[in-house]
Amino acid sequence: MNRVLNLKNIKYFIGLAAFYGIVQILIFTNILSDYYQVTMTTICINIILAVSLNLITGFTGQFSLGHAGFMSLGAYTCALITLHISEQYSFFIGVFAGALVAALVGFLIGIPTLRLRGDYLAIATLGLSEIIRIIILNFDFTGGASGLSGIPQYTNWTWLFIFTAATVIIIKNFINSSHGRACISIREDEIAAESMGINVTKYKVMAFVIGAFFAGIAGALYSSYFYFIKPDLFGFLKSIDILVIVVLGGMGSISGSILASVLLAIVSTYLQAFPELRMVIYSLLLLIMMIFRPKGLMGTKEFRLDDFFRKKPIKVK
Amino acid sequence: MLEQLIQQLINGLSLGSIYALIALGYTMVYGIIKLINFAHGDIYMIGAYVGFACITYFGLGFFPSLVIAMVACGLLGYLIEKIAYKPLRNATRIAALITAIGVSLFLEYGTMFIVKANVRTYPPVLADLSFKPTSNIVINIKQIYIFAVTIVLMIILQYIVHRTRIGKAMRAVSADMDAAQLMGINVDHTISFTFAIGSALAGAAGILVGVYYNSIDPLMGILPGLKAFIAAVLGGIGVIPGAMIGGVAIGVVETMVSGYGNSLYKDAVAYAILILILIIKPSGLLGKNTREKV
Amino acid sequence: MPLLAVKNLTKSFGGLTAVSNVSMTLQKGELVGLIGPNGAGKTTVFNLLTGVYVPDSGTIELDTGGSMTVINGLKPYMISKLGIARTFQNIRLFKDLSVLDNIRIAMHQNVEYGIFSSFFRLSSFYKSESTMLEKTNMLLDIFKLSDKKDELAKNLPYGEQRRLEIARALATRPSLLLLDEPAAGMNPNETSELTELIDWIRKEFDLTILLIEHDMSLVMRICERIYVLDYGTVIAEGKPEEIKNNKRVIEAYLGEEVLDA
Repeated sequence: MNRVLNLKNIKYFIGLAAFYGIVQILIFTNILSDYYQVTMTTICINIILAVSLNLITGFTGQFSLGHAGFMSLGAYTCALITLHISEQYSFFIGVFAGALVAALVGFLIGIPTLRLRGDYLAIATLGLSEIIRIIILNFDFTGGASGLSGIPQYTNWTWLFIFTAATVIIIKNFINSSHGRACISIREDEIAAESMGINVTKYKVMAFVIGAFFAGIAGALYSSYFYFIKPDLFGFLKSIDILVIVVLGGMGSISGSILASVLLAIVSTYLQAFPELRMVIYSLLLLIMMIFRPKGLMGTKEFRLDDFFRKKPIKVK
Repeated sequence: MLEQLIQQLINGLSLGSIYALIALGYTMVYGIIKLINFAHGDIYMIGAYVGFACITYFGLGFFPSLVIAMVACGLLGYLIEKIAYKPLRNATRIAALITAIGVSLFLEYGTMFIVKANVRTYPPVLADLSFKPTSNIVINIKQIYIFAVTIVLMIILQYIVHRTRIGKAMRAVSADMDAAQLMGINVDHTISFTFAIGSALAGAAGILVGVYYNSIDPLMGILPGLKAFIAAVLGGIGVIPGAMIGGVAIGVVETMVSGYGNSLYKDAVAYAILILILIIKPSGLLGKNTREKV
Repeated sequence: MPLLAVKNLTKSFGGLTAVSNVSMTLQKGELVGLIGPNGAGKTTVFNLLTGVYVPDSGTIELDTGGSMTVINGLKPYMISKLGIARTFQNIRLFKDLSVLDNIRIAMHQNVEYGIFSSFFRLSSFYKSESTMLEKTNMLLDIFKLSDKKDELAKNLPYGEQRRLEIARALATRPSLLLLDEPAAGMNPNETSELTELIDWIRKEFDLTILLIEHDMSLVMRICERIYVLDYGTVIAEGKPEEIKNNKRVIEAYLGEEVLDA
């Protein structure tokens, strides 16, 4: 395999295009009602959030409890841009500006905190995410506690699909490259990795920045769909929501994150009417997972389409 | 001017005592099994609710309710350790931390599910008396109760840790779990006991807060829990006197910021302190540096 | 010009002086042993050489293609790039990764494409990946680990894990290889194979080797020179025969029947 344009990739592309087309038709003909469209939107945004957090926590082993902070930066940046520029193209500027702001903050956060280990890093990222939230809460131009409303709705299935697919493909490509393997080696054994010539600090920061970038995109998509955002939406609880998806799916498995996003969005939608019960079930799920199957649904394995198409070999005794 | 400062100090000390009581549980548990017990703040909340139930539905007085709240929380802490943390004792730190988050959410939303989210008010169980040493300084009798209970509990804790066999076991297991086990110490019992004591202290803090601030709700443990954790880190996580110092320090700083500065930022100050400590001296004021052997 | 020049290296931890005024020189192509009783500070010396610890005083200089570069104070990954590789006393493989990946990761410092290329699979990605894979497979062949390349490192038998660690170190294309007790836990047969392997890789990869070992049969057989460390200082230095009969060395090892190799 020496080119991007190989047979396997072409098959994938056709498959993805078909999927996109089918859903788009279902939306046009209203078979997929608004109710389901909201669920699909939530699923896509959660996939982007989970996969980007998985890069930081599952693959590079850096425990980040502040992912919602990056999301909020993307959401607010995009909202402010689309609210003040009324052209169509403001959406693109908004999404990429949101991602860049998030990535920049990821970089600034990464540098001082990344020498912390495990639990300390978790608490530091939590604290920083809360500081971001409190700062946003206290500014007028971000709407303070009441947030921003009337955000123009630009997010639709096409954009959701494109950004979600792009996120998954880019992060997957990264993971399956030497740079991605460098990140994974940090998770496995930092000291050995550094002794083998890997600039551990650089790659930890890189994972944070990339993860933050995509979380920013997710935030921008969110604010451009639900037309209303406020600081409370991006607190500690949201970071935990995303973490639950990653843990459930398997830290270190992209397919796991996708699977878990779908499952949890479905559960969430059914339990919409009972918010406390939903959280009780979430927490029980988390506990049961950690006690009985800490590797999550997929562990560190991925779904391979080949698994579905390969014929079973005949066993020769 | 000076009187205002003293008033703030007094208020800061009573808040700080609460944080200290909660911080002790964090620090003892971290010292012994290197786990940040995310659910600890919620045990404080349960203490407040147990106290509420005792006073409101059983008409008990302050001290009986205090004892019951402490016992109930001690028991809860013991159960949580047995059911949720023990199975993960050999797992990665991330796994244990996630489990603790799960327990925390379970306690919060389970309580909310059962007693509903609305705020409850403590009935007046202590007389609402105040002392006025000078015309501008007010000390409420409830604050005196907080100081008194906190000091007594800390003295008892120091006694347990330094003068009893179980206390010695706790210190041994904190220093080196395997060596302690080889010396014949029952590590499981010691860990359970540590959880129970830490939780009992948090329970005491809960009922004290209910009595002093009057209102309780199922999510009341999140913020104080986080701040108490920051206090424990500030003082040196794993070091008991550190939790006491850290708790008081955070309480005083928070009150000062609220009183002299902008109360909107008082929560951010605690987080800022945390980040500073982690960057400058992660082992805290009284902590020691441990090195990983290569 | 020596390959490695260590002068007056000192390192203390708290009140304890682990390494005190240690000086060593290694010429290109030498196979030198570093021995001493447990706790003498041998691994600490390795950690200082590879940048895991920063010395309190003293200098470490490495020949990097013609000139001597001071390397104390540099981070471990930089020192690795300058040409020092090591194995660890308590094996530090990437346990949950495959044998192939363990070696491939060590090739990372020679990667020839950037992050952007990895995102979008530009042609430089495919070229470089294929080169790295080729080189990895070559190393796997040499170390007879090819049939286990997809096996998780933690599932390998002990002896193969040690071999894999050496292979991984060699993937970084070092000029100086530090081996920390490579024969620990091996039976005489395995030790003998290892001795041959070390000898062979020295010639094949044009290496200079510094070896910490307790197994004197290995040390006496292949080391051309030996440094002896005790309580953090060098108490003797010389050829194996000289060391064997050195009184101070014998005293340091008193009680161990080690020097009857």
